[in-house]
Amino acid sequence: MAVTKMFGAAVKRREDPRLITGKGYYTDDMNVPGQTYMAVLRSPYGHARIRGINVEKARKHPGVVAVFTGQDLADGGIGPLPQAWPLEVGMVNGQKMTIPEWRVLAIDRVRFTGDGVAAVIAEDPYTAKDALDLIDVDYEPLPAVTNQAKAMEPGAPQLHDNVPNNIAFHWRLANGDIDAAFASADRIVKAHFINQRLIPNPMETHAALAQWNAGAEEMTFWNTSQNPHVTRLLGTLVTGIPEHKLRVVARDVGGGFGCKISIYPGDILTMWAARKLNRPVKWTEERRENYLATAHGRDHIQDVEYAVKNDGTVLGIRVKAIANMGAYLNTGPAPGVPTWLFAPMLAGCYKLIALQCDTYGVYTNTTPTDAYRGAGRPEATYIIERGMDLIARELGMDPVEIRRKNFIQPDEFPYTSIGTFVYDSGNYQGSLNKALEIADYAGFRQRQAEARKQGKYLGIGLSTYVEVCGLGPSAGANAIGFTGGLWESAVVRMHPTGSVTVFTGSSPHGQGEETTFAQLVSSELGVPVEAVEIIHGDTNSVPFGMGTYGSRSLAVGGAALVMAARKIREKARKIAAHQLEAALDDVVFDNGTFSVQGSPDKKKTIQEIAFAAYMGGNLPPDVTPMLEENHYYDPPNFVFPFGAHICEVEVDIETGVTRLLRYIAVDDCGPVVNPMIVDGQVHGGLAQGIGQALYEHGIYDDNGQLLSGSMMDYAVPTASELIHFDLARTETPSPHQPLGLKGVGETGTIASTPAVANAVVDALSPLGITHIDIPLTPENVWHAIQNARKA
Amino acid sequence: MKHKIHLKVNGVEHTNEVEPRLLLVHYLRDVLNLTGTHVGCDTSQCGACTVMLNGQAVKSCTVLAMQASGGEVTTVEGLATNGTLHPVQEGFWEKHGLQCGFCTPGMMITAVQLLERNPNPTEDEIRHALEGNLCRCTGYQNIVSAIQYAAEKMRTASAQPVKAAQ
Repeated sequence: MAVTKMFGAAVKRREDPRLITGKGYYTDDMNVPGQTYMAVLRSPYGHARIRGINVEKARKHPGVVAVFTGQDLADGGIGPLPQAWPLEVGMVNGQKMTIPEWRVLAIDRVRFTGDGVAAVIAEDPYTAKDALDLIDVDYEPLPAVTNQAKAMEPGAPQLHDNVPNNIAFHWRLANGDIDAAFASADRIVKAHFINQRLIPNPMETHAALAQWNAGAEEMTFWNTSQNPHVTRLLGTLVTGIPEHKLRVVARDVGGGFGCKISIYPGDILTMWAARKLNRPVKWTEERRENYLATAHGRDHIQDVEYAVKNDGTVLGIRVKAIANMGAYLNTGPAPGVPTWLFAPMLAGCYKLIALQCDTYGVYTNTTPTDAYRGAGRPEATYIIERGMDLIARELGMDPVEIRRKNFIQPDEFPYTSIGTFVYDSGNYQGSLNKALEIADYAGFRQRQAEARKQGKYLGIGLSTYVEVCGLGPSAGANAIGFTGGLWESAVVRMHPTGSVTVFTGSSPHGQGEETTFAQLVSSELGVPVEAVEIIHGDTNSVPFGMGTYGSRSLAVGGAALVMAARKIREKARKIAAHQLEAALDDVVFDNGTFSVQGSPDKKKTIQEIAFAAYMGGNLPPDVTPMLEENHYYDPPNFVFPFGAHICEVEVDIETGVTRLLRYIAVDDCGPVVNPMIVDGQVHGGLAQGIGQALYEHGIYDDNGQLLSGSMMDYAVPTASELIHFDLARTETPSPHQPLGLKGVGETGTIASTPAVANAVVDALSPLGITHIDIPLTPENVWHAIQNARKA
Repeated sequence: MKHKIHLKVNGVEHTNEVEPRLLLVHYLRDVLNLTGTHVGCDTSQCGACTVMLNGQAVKSCTVLAMQASGGEVTTVEGLATNGTLHPVQEGFWEKHGLQCGFCTPGMMITAVQLLERNPNPTEDEIRHALEGNLCRCTGYQNIVSAIQYAAEKMRTASAQPVKAAQ
């Protein structure tokens, strides 16, 4: 039975019928008998000593089951949270970094507004919150520091006794002869950039439900996670519940964007309380709690120098980045984000000869930061792509020409970048040309000149980006201190009737892999896509999985299931040869059917072979019954998607309001499994990158109060702030990924922020403005215009 | 002290005793177990909890269950009729108008309201109508397409009887 090849088809998502009818299954939708509800009392101070906590009134409140403090947890054997990426390689002092203690609930000191102090477990959620008001905490406020540059200064408030000057790490990447690059430069272009703090805002806040089975001594833990197995591993390390007795389940997850990689104090609390009380405990963050308690992203202060020749050749780049880590190291990849996921990509798609990056990770009295869509790569891409425009301006060159001048050429791949990564494949000129054509770049300058005559400020901005994703080769990750592999797993099981269940270690939360993975397996095995079921997110049924982040699910998880499917195909081919009484070499597979070369009538479908494998009595001597295979795929390299984005804006110089006029994204992520889903990933990435450029900003006051601590105060873009995006693609396969695939989940976010910023600055260039820090809110732009007019 | 309320939800009558402070969204989710309506914020910004109350799209996190007593509520679970998807639901599926799906129920209810009031909205009108509903995944483009698809489908459907008469 021939089936339609599903690779490349815009198959409608199989996730959708349940989600559009209200039958999705998010963590807070789950209820179990005897369930209780947890609420967490959080510090109202950015920094304070706890002199005492009195929970007696709360304990006596009707409906309250229990109240726990940090001391209760410590007495119960709960230690501090673990950290997965203790930096050592690249540390300037050569020492492994010190990890300060982060307690599940603070005992004697709180270090950020939102640090947990006590937990109430009650019979209903309203009562749990009522009881929070009955807890008396005697705080002694301490001086706070929220700006990372100030936190490094002598005399700044100190967060951790074992971390002098609040410096978590001073890390360096240096490659090429940086002094020679600067010595031979005709000029040095300097920049000072703020890459502001962002708050991820998945529409579903963090949520967890823990159920202890006292008889079996087993914990079931439903939560909203991007990587349930990693949550299980870390949960075991902290709670002591053995890994084989802890089941973690993430069913439908309402977005993650990096902030659901981590395990949070609330997760540990939920598990601990459920076991202690032998009652199920549910914890669902309120949105304002999410703003305080779930990891933030970005937050760099960057000083950059570019060594440049007068002909536009960029020789080298020297960066000092001060990254705000927040009050503690978040439990995800936090220290790796402003270091290994940042510095190696500073050269972008250009042939620099030297690079040096010094990153200081600094503790402040703010919510911990961690991976947020792009994670380090947007911060690097902003430096190189804003930089290209600054350099072009200084040299009087067109922003297109300076990029062309410095591009790595298509025939130079694989290319060892000065950032030390080996870029697998690329054609930067190709995607740029396509974008320029769609944008009518040549005609734009004419339109811009005419508009200026009418007092209208139009601007155009480019970003030609390359990013690293498909994380990644485990050996490389281990070598730079990451305590985990970055492979991915799959089990493919073909049932006697020929339908297929696939168990993947990827953990999609909106990316649509139930659909794309089914397309892949359908294509590999020649079975109808409807006959393939994708199971994910349950540690009791799927093999250990690393999860979904770093645009890795298709590139790495997809490879794992393709390899497993190919093992099935090979086993089935042996069975087919045996049953067709043909030599193995003569049996070929095409679209679900095995046939004998030269004898086209001799054939068996893969479904027939699946049934034969189930029967088991007529198999070759060395072949076991059933068709089931697993594969752990560890990629030989990362993948490097790239592209060119062009943004056109109009700025109202009286109000400072920026209006997007056009946005063109030409992306190259290799061959595309499902174009509809890839477009959707790009759209969403663009919205977040444009959000950083124009609207979003996590702001603290000097006392450590989060001023942008609700959806009323933090500008998640609405439909009205965004426009219809023009998307196009080029297709340059990765030479090492089994299907040539690259990731696409983060490209939009990585590429778009500098494109928009470049467009706004281009619009305002007649006023002499060369840079405005993001976000380019009307207020910030208006002030820049006023300052330029005064100057 | 609990109070008795009566509501008709998705065509089914319900009588319950609830605390006066119980929010409509928690009544729907926790009392009636209609968990398709979600809670995404606590300041009425996100619109994930949008339901139809007496023909008006409301944010059910900002309505007390008692205020809704005597009224009729339609949630995402009530959009399809006899197993046939509402054109808005169909549009979201056809046009990839959702990714994680968390905002989708509220987004669709808002879309239904929009199309009742304006059967042929422009892209700008659609985007304006969606200002009270946040989506973090899709960048809204495919949501706009989904609503355009639904609008077209609903216009065609309502035009058909006239054609038949001609």
